[in-house]
Order: sequence, then structure tokens, then C-alpha cells
Amino acid sequence: MFDTRELRHKVAIVGAAETNEVGVLPNHSQLQLHAEAAFNALDDAGLTLDDIDGYAGVQGAAVTEYLGIMPRWIDATGVGGCSFLIHVSHAVAAIAAGYCSTVLITHGESGRSRVGVGAPSGGRGEPGGQFDAPFGVAGPPSRFSVPIAAHMAKYGTTEEHLAAVSVATRQWASRNPRAMMREPITVEDVINSRLIAWPLHLLNCCLVTDGGGALILTSEDRARDFPKPPIYVLGRGESAQHQNISQMRDLTGWSAAAEITGPEAFRMAGVGHDAIDHLMLYDAFSHTPIYALEALGFVGPGEGGPWFAEMNSAPGGTLPVNTNGGGLSYTHTGMYGMFAIQEAVRQLRGEAAAQVDGVRTSLVHAPGGMFSATATLILSNE
Amino acid sequence: MAAIAKPLPQPTPETQEYWDGLRRGELRIQRCNTCGRGYFYPRPFCPRAGCHSRDVGWITASGKGTLATYIITHRGHPAFEAPYVIALVELEEGGRMMTNIVGLEDLEPANLPVGAPVEIVFQPSEEDITLPMFRLV
Repeated sequence: MFDTRELRHKVAIVGAAETNEVGVLPNHSQLQLHAEAAFNALDDAGLTLDDIDGYAGVQGAAVTEYLGIMPRWIDATGVGGCSFLIHVSHAVAAIAAGYCSTVLITHGESGRSRVGVGAPSGGRGEPGGQFDAPFGVAGPPSRFSVPIAAHMAKYGTTEEHLAAVSVATRQWASRNPRAMMREPITVEDVINSRLIAWPLHLLNCCLVTDGGGALILTSEDRARDFPKPPIYVLGRGESAQHQNISQMRDLTGWSAAAEITGPEAFRMAGVGHDAIDHLMLYDAFSHTPIYALEALGFVGPGEGGPWFAEMNSAPGGTLPVNTNGGGLSYTHTGMYGMFAIQEAVRQLRGEAAAQVDGVRTSLVHAPGGMFSATATLILSNE
Repeated sequence: MAAIAKPLPQPTPETQEYWDGLRRGELRIQRCNTCGRGYFYPRPFCPRAGCHSRDVGWITASGKGTLATYIITHRGHPAFEAPYVIALVELEEGGRMMTNIVGLEDLEPANLPVGAPVEIVFQPSEEDITLPMFRLV
């Protein structure tokens, strides 16, 4: 049997970049966003498309066609916003196995302007169409939000706790000129913003934007030959549970993160929680990082809300979280996971807009869908 | 401009009995003959981790359950009049389903305690579909 620990530190991110701008980009098709991010990441690594022999991205062959590449390894895993973490996870194994040597992962999403975007899927006969849709769920705000009241009832999590996540995240965004929302906000501002789906108010919900990002990975033995310092993949975990929120195993906890992706990522990395000095916890809504923090074991069950309310995640706090301003205030194209990885890489390289001193090991965690798929990465600059 | 239609389900072979039951005013769900627990939604095996038995059958459930969680949505589907409650109900026999809570005058969280007992209301809709909605007992 193989052991994932043999793949610790074997593959590194040697190129990372986002599109020139993120936000409102009506002059870019979705595929253009993929390509712009790809070329920026190639420039970052000093490579050209001809150097790429592995490709991963949720749109698969649509992008290999658009870019004009014919890779020896592909991965079109598309399970929502954590897909890019899973692409990294799979790329580590593919590079280690010799399937390919240099992997390009791209994300492009015209989530706001909807330029060159396919029709949404989901049929009336699918389980979600039969058993959830008839009750008026309409997009993530009325689906992702459904479990929160159970968490509140079990643990005493409050609207103030939820608001604190948005407040702390905005403090980071105010330090990032690329962030869409930079004006500081208070807990009262969040609670007084209009109700979207109780207990969520407008300022508990992520942005809807356009943008993209890309990564280039290669093996450890080549990783120091690039312009930027290599960022090593120490650990990874991936899983999927329900698709429809009505089928979430435990409404008060993120089972796949607690039982699979967190433990596997830490085990492979060979580090404990105290080694993590920076966190990226995908924040589609204010409760998502609370569930993640608890499931990954940084706090106990039910302690996530108070932890955020104490501003531990904010600038100057004990453990910086979502230092780009997150999906709540930086950007959120729909599948935000790529941007979470990008910020971890920037922090580990020491080139982030709101740079945290001395970041050595960053954990990136994301959901796909509505707590549906799950992925965790542990990255390091050492 | 035509009114926006409510999203209606399209029954499939393994769910037809459930939808036929609702039209008759019966909540037909499946129960595992191995672990003995009810589950939702219908499929020809028990979805519970550690069981996954294919020895399953149909029962008529009591229509009683508890409120597991909910939202009060103010920005929902355009065919629905907001605000409205989208909830998950744990059925007495086992299994959890999405629904709307109906019959409430005042949509305030204080009136909707998690864990409250609920019972089914058979709500006829269009295209011969009856939807399972719930009210507080």
C-alpha cells in the first residue's frame, strides 16, 4: 500500500496569479478569464504554454481547446468551489506518478456579468428537483443557510457571532486595494443590513463577481529553478457527502471536514494545529468559516462563533483568517476556492496586500456546493 | 409576461410511489428491513453508512416529526411570496425532508423553535402533484 505521507513536500506551486482585475469584468468572456489567469501564472513562473503537460480545471476540454494545448494528464473534477483544492491534490499524485511534470490549473468565472456562460443545470427529476426545489429554494442564500438555525439551537451561536465574521473579514479587505468592499463595518451594520434568509443578512453573504486565477505545479526537484520561491504542498484531503442540503449528515457540524479532509491533511503534512499560522476558510456566508474552524479542530464544536466574536481572525488577532478580504469582501465569482489558494500563496511568498509577518504554513479549506464536497490543503514555504 | 411557474418535481421510477401516495393523502416513505429505520428520499437501498442494505420496503408514515432547522427567506424563488419558511423536518419513523412550514401568522424565529413538533399538511399543487408541507402542532 502507498502512504500519502510519501507525497509530503514532493510537489510545489511555482506559479500563481489572478486575472489582471477581479470584480466587474463585462468585457471578458468566461474562457478569456481562464486564459488571462493562465498567462499571468505562466509569466509568474517564467514558463510558456508549451511547457505545460498537465491540465486541471472544472471546464476541462473547453479550456484545453481554447488554450490550444494537448496535455498528457487532465482532471476536470467539478464539485463546486473546492474543486481547485482537489485539482492541487490530484496534481500532486499525478506529478509524483510521472503522469506529467508541469501542471496548469485554471479558474475563470463570469459569475456576475455572465459572459459566455452555459445554462445552469439541474433537472426536475433529479433529487434536488424533486425534493428541495418545490419548496422555493433559490440559489445558495436559501440553501447554504438552511443548517444554521440548528447550530444556533444546539450551541447558542448568535447573529452577533455571524456578524463578527463579516466584520473581521472586512478589516482585512480594507487593507487590500483589490478588494471590492473596503469600507469598515460593525456588527450593528451587519445585523441592520436587510434580511436575505434569516438568520443571514445581506452583509453575511458573499459577493458575486467576475475573475479568475491559475496555478502551476511541478516536482520538488525542479521547484527551486523558478523566479518565485516554491510553495510546497504538505498535506491534502478531499471528500463529498450530500449534494442537496436537506441530506447533510449532521446539520450542526461539517462531517467530511471533521472526519476526513482535516485529519488526512494534517496526517500527510505531519504537522499539528500549532504549526498553522495562517488560515483561508472559504466564506460563502458568515457561518461557513465557523463550521470549518470547528470541523478542522482549531476550536471545539460550538466554539467557532465566540472565537470569531473575540476577533481572533482579524488583523492583530491570534490566527489570521481570510486575509485577502474573503468571499465576503474581496471577490467571489461563484467558485471561490482558487482565490483562497492564491492568497495563501501570496502570504507564504510574502507578497500579500495585507501581509502577515512570518507566515510559514497556511491551511486552505473550502466547500463545494452547500457543504457538499470538501477539500483541505496545507501549504508551506519551507 | 407570463407568471413565473413554481418549480414542480418530475417523479422518477424509484420515487413514483412516494408521489402517488401524497396525491392520495398518504406519506409513503421507505424503511430498511435490516436496520429498521425509515429514510428519505426513496431509493432501492438503505442510504445509511454502515448499513446500505438492499432489503427495503415501503411504509405509510405518520406524518409527524420535528423541526430540525429552517430559514425565513426574504429573497427566494420569484414564484413564491416572500417571506416564507423553508425547513427541514426529521420524520418520526426516520428520514429528513425539506418542506415549507405553513399556517403561521407571524414569521418570527421566536415562533419557530428548533425541535418543535410538526405534522404534515397535504398541499395540492399543479400537474397532479401534491406537496408535503408541515405545520407546528
